[in-house]
Formats: sequence, C-alpha cells, structure tokens
Amino acid sequence: MDAPRSDRNPWYWLLVVPIVVPLVPALFNAVEPRLFGIPLFYWLQLVFILLSVAVTLVVYWRTRS
Amino acid sequence: MSGHITEIIIFTALFALVSGMGFVASRWRKADDLASLHQWGLGGRNFGSWITWFLVGGDLYTAYTFVAVPALLFGAGAMGFFAVPYTVIVYPLVMLILVRLWSVSHVHGLVTPADFVRARFGSPTLALLVAVTGIVATMPYIALQLVGIEAVLKTMGVTGDLPLIIAFAILAAYTYQSGLRAPALIAFVKDTLIYVVILVAIIYIPARLGGWSAIFGAAEAKFAATPAPGDGLLLNANNQLQYVTLALGSALALFLYPHSVTGVLASRSRDVIKRNMSALPAYSLLLGLIALLGYMAIAAGVTPIGTDVNTVVPQLFDRMFPDWFAGVAFAAVGIGALVPAAIMSIAAANLFTRNIYREYLRPNATDAQEAAVSKVTSLVVKIGAVLCILLIDPQFSIDLQLIGGVIILQTLPSITLGLFGRWFHRTGLIAGWVAGMSAGMLMLYNIANPATKHAHFGGSAFPLEKLGLDTKMTIYAGFLALIVNLVVAAVGTWIARAARVADGIDSTQPEDYHADANDPRVHEIPLRGST
Repeated sequence: MDAPRSDRNPWYWLLVVPIVVPLVPALFNAVEPRLFGIPLFYWLQLVFILLSVAVTLVVYWRTRS
Repeated sequence: MSGHITEIIIFTALFALVSGMGFVASRWRKADDLASLHQWGLGGRNFGSWITWFLVGGDLYTAYTFVAVPALLFGAGAMGFFAVPYTVIVYPLVMLILVRLWSVSHVHGLVTPADFVRARFGSPTLALLVAVTGIVATMPYIALQLVGIEAVLKTMGVTGDLPLIIAFAILAAYTYQSGLRAPALIAFVKDTLIYVVILVAIIYIPARLGGWSAIFGAAEAKFAATPAPGDGLLLNANNQLQYVTLALGSALALFLYPHSVTGVLASRSRDVIKRNMSALPAYSLLLGLIALLGYMAIAAGVTPIGTDVNTVVPQLFDRMFPDWFAGVAFAAVGIGALVPAAIMSIAAANLFTRNIYREYLRPNATDAQEAAVSKVTSLVVKIGAVLCILLIDPQFSIDLQLIGGVIILQTLPSITLGLFGRWFHRTGLIAGWVAGMSAGMLMLYNIANPATKHAHFGGSAFPLEKLGLDTKMTIYAGFLALIVNLVVAAVGTWIARAARVADGIDSTQPEDYHADANDPRVHEIPLRGST
C-alpha cells in the first residue's frame, strides 16, 4: 500500500550523522584547542547538541506531510 | 540547622505551591471523567508540543540525574560526561521509532509498550516478560528520586525520615487524584526553576572560582593526585569503548522505559513528537552544563557529606549562592524529583493493570475498573519505593537502577525491532530475552568496584579480559547482553520456523504504523471526555 505518510523518505538517512559523530572519541578526546578555557573534549561534545538539533529540524521540515 | 532557615522556608514554600498545583491539575484540560486509563494514565492523549516538551523533558532529566551526573564527574572525570553523547544521539535515534509506536498505539488503543508486544506478536507470555521487565526496571528509578531529595535535605541540615515520607505522601495523593495531568502541570514550574538555577550557576560560579581554566585546572590536579587509573579530564585507551557503548546502550534503552513511552503516547500527533525531537536537546545542553558543576565542586573544595557523593552539588550551591537562591536551587532539585516519580509510578501501574490484571486476573475489566486498579497500584508502587529507601541501604537502589538499565535493554528486540518488522518468532524472542537477561546478570555480578568495596554489581563496565581477551578494555555490560539476546533470538527464530512451531497472530496492519491524528482509524479508541 502506498500510504501518503510513509516512513520511507531519503531525508531520514541524514539522522545517521548526529548518531555516529558523537560516538567517535577520536574526534573529541583532546584538551587543545580550548574554548574560554574549556578543553575540546567538553565544548565540542556540547556543540554536537547543536548539530543534532540542526539535523532533526531539517528532517522534520523535509518530511512534513 | 539554624543557618539554613532561609533555605528551608523557600524550599517549603515552593514545594507547597507545586503540591497545590498537583491537586488542581485534575481540572486542567478537563475531561468528563477521569475513569479510564486514556484519561488518568495518559492525560487524554491530547498534549500539544509545549506540554509534551515540558512533560518528556521533566520526565527524562530527573532529580537524580541532576545530582548523580555531576557527582560522576566529581569522582571519575571524563567518563561521567557520557551522559552528553547519550542524550545527543537519543533523539535522532528514536525519531522514527517513536512515531511508529505512537501511530500503532493510537490505532489500537494501546497504553503500554507491553500492549504493543501483545498485539504484534500475539504472545501474552512475551508481553508479560516485557511488562515485568518494565516494572522491575522502573521501581528502583522511583526510589532514586528520593535519593535526590535526600541529598538536598541533608545539605539543609534536615535529618530523619519524616520529611521524606511527607513529601512522598503528598505526591502519592495528587497523582492518585489527577493522574498524568499532575506531573504535566508541575513540570512547567520544575523546568523553569531548573533552567534559571543552572543559567545563574553557570555564569556566577565560574566567575567566583576564577574562570573555566582554573576550574579545569583544579580537576586535573585532583585526578593526577589519585592512584585510580581510570579517572582524568580525558578518556584513556581502556575506557573509550565503555564510553561509546554506554552512551549508545543508554540511548537505545531510554525510550524502552515505560515512563518515557507514557510521555510520548500522551502527545496529540506524530508532528508533536517529531518537533519535540528537535526541541528536547535543549535539556541535553542543560545536562552538559550541570555535569560541569562536578568540576566546579572540585575547584570550590567541596567534600561530600559522609560518603554520600550525591551531596556535592547541593553543597556547592549552599556554599556559593546567597541563602535565598540556594533555597530556590534546592526546591528545583526537590520538585525535579516529583515529576518523574509521578510519571514512573503511573507507567508502572499501567503495566500492571493492562498486562497482568486485565490479561490474567480479569479479562473483561471495564475502563473504569482499569483506572481504579491503576490508581491503587500507583500508591503501592510509591510506598514500595519509600520502604526501599528507608529500610534498605540507598546504595542498593543505585545498584538496582544500574541493573535496570541493563535489563530494560533486553526488551529492544521485541519493542524496537518489532516496530519495524515481524521477522522474529515469539519463541525466539522469549529465548533471546532469557539469554540476554542471564548474560547481563552474570556480567554485572562479576564486576567488582574497589572504590566502593563492592565485590559484585560494582558498576556497568565489564572488563573484556574476563572473556579471555588480552586487553584492559572495558565494555558496557548491557550492550554485550543485548548482542547475546539478538543472536539467540535469531537462532531461536530459525529453529522455531524449521520445526514449524506455531507463531502468534499479528493483529496490526502495515499502514497502522504511519497513521496520524487526522486518520479515521485513529478514532477507533474510545476517547471519552476528550476535547
């Protein structure tokens, strides 16, 4: 059945990015560069939150019926 | 105690205010009667984006989180920060899963995750296993909310069990009366207070402690001075796998908890859920900032009261803030315990009612009888949680909650994978559950923690060398147990098919999984009294 609101939309694949990126310690397991004195490990993982928000927003807009 | 009078007055006043709101909530978004689980247990299934945001946020980010996560950083450093990647990946991860669960639940009038398993796999036994797993995993979580309140009371110099009992008695009374409407309304106050407190803390405290460089410097010096090899400002080669699998495993487990499902099913439409997946990370940012309070506590020279490391954040507030604002901060944590405790007890009660009482004791129960049973069960659950904290060492609840995360993950093949396909055979899923549970328990039993002098159940980091591998690396026990579960479920399914064992009947249709609010099939639920 070809439902009008199927879950099969290629935009959903974008969700893979904010799922995989925070799970690669090589990207953030370092002290330098610091931001306002905060080591990379801490500020970059907080920045990933913004990445997740951006991606989920794009997917939400692109998959609205 | 006299030095804390201002704090205690403010704390009590705010606590009384939200208790009043809890009772009034039964008249909020008024239904004709609350005598059905759709009304009492899911607030009418009609919450919009804002209420859902406050409700789910208030539900997932608990008082215990607010004291325990910074306490983890205080004690172990970088490892404790796993809570951030965990809550970053969870929303994109579950976006698709939850909208499917919402749709199928609305078409079929399902209330609990075990209801879904019953409908999908036609197996009351599998549904019972999922329900019992949910109840067992939720109980210690409720008890831990008391640990959060206790940490605050201790800091204010309030001792004895009576204040704790009074707080929970009030909570039990308004949950009984108003159902899910009570925590939904209180969540507005709770989250507003938390946001204000943390924003102030994150600007004011570093300024008093000489800036972020000084805070991280103090933490680094502390970890360098301890003999423990696992702590530090960064991860080391041996705990990176643990960090990643713990974040992923916790994210996969979060929306298997019955109380998270309750919050999602109470929302009005798929659109509300999807929009919330972009808005809920605001809480993750808050959590990340709260986590850093652990390092501020190190820099401020805070020491825990006795051996209770959960008191470091309340102690930090007490030392840094003026009395009146410390009172507000303590109220935020105290009220922060009430919202999740209410939702969790409702979710556990719904599981009992739908999947044990109605399935096995009284198959013809009316909606009113279901609501009545759930209300009483929610009281029993809370009394159990209080007794758990008062009679048994609180450490026991913390251990149990650790186990809870591992066991709830074992329902993933039935719930999450069940939402996407019907490949598994019910016999295979039951075998997988048994294997995953056994493997998880066995691993947890064999994890020692020299720091807390635990020979068993000392944490969730399972050393791979116990499997005969020549490495010092550790992995999250729940993750490994889930792999065992999946393998056994797949092999069991294959054997059951080969032996032609009868499979259950799937009472759902493929199109049920994308039905939205304006779909005619959604109105099959008897939503009496909803607007």
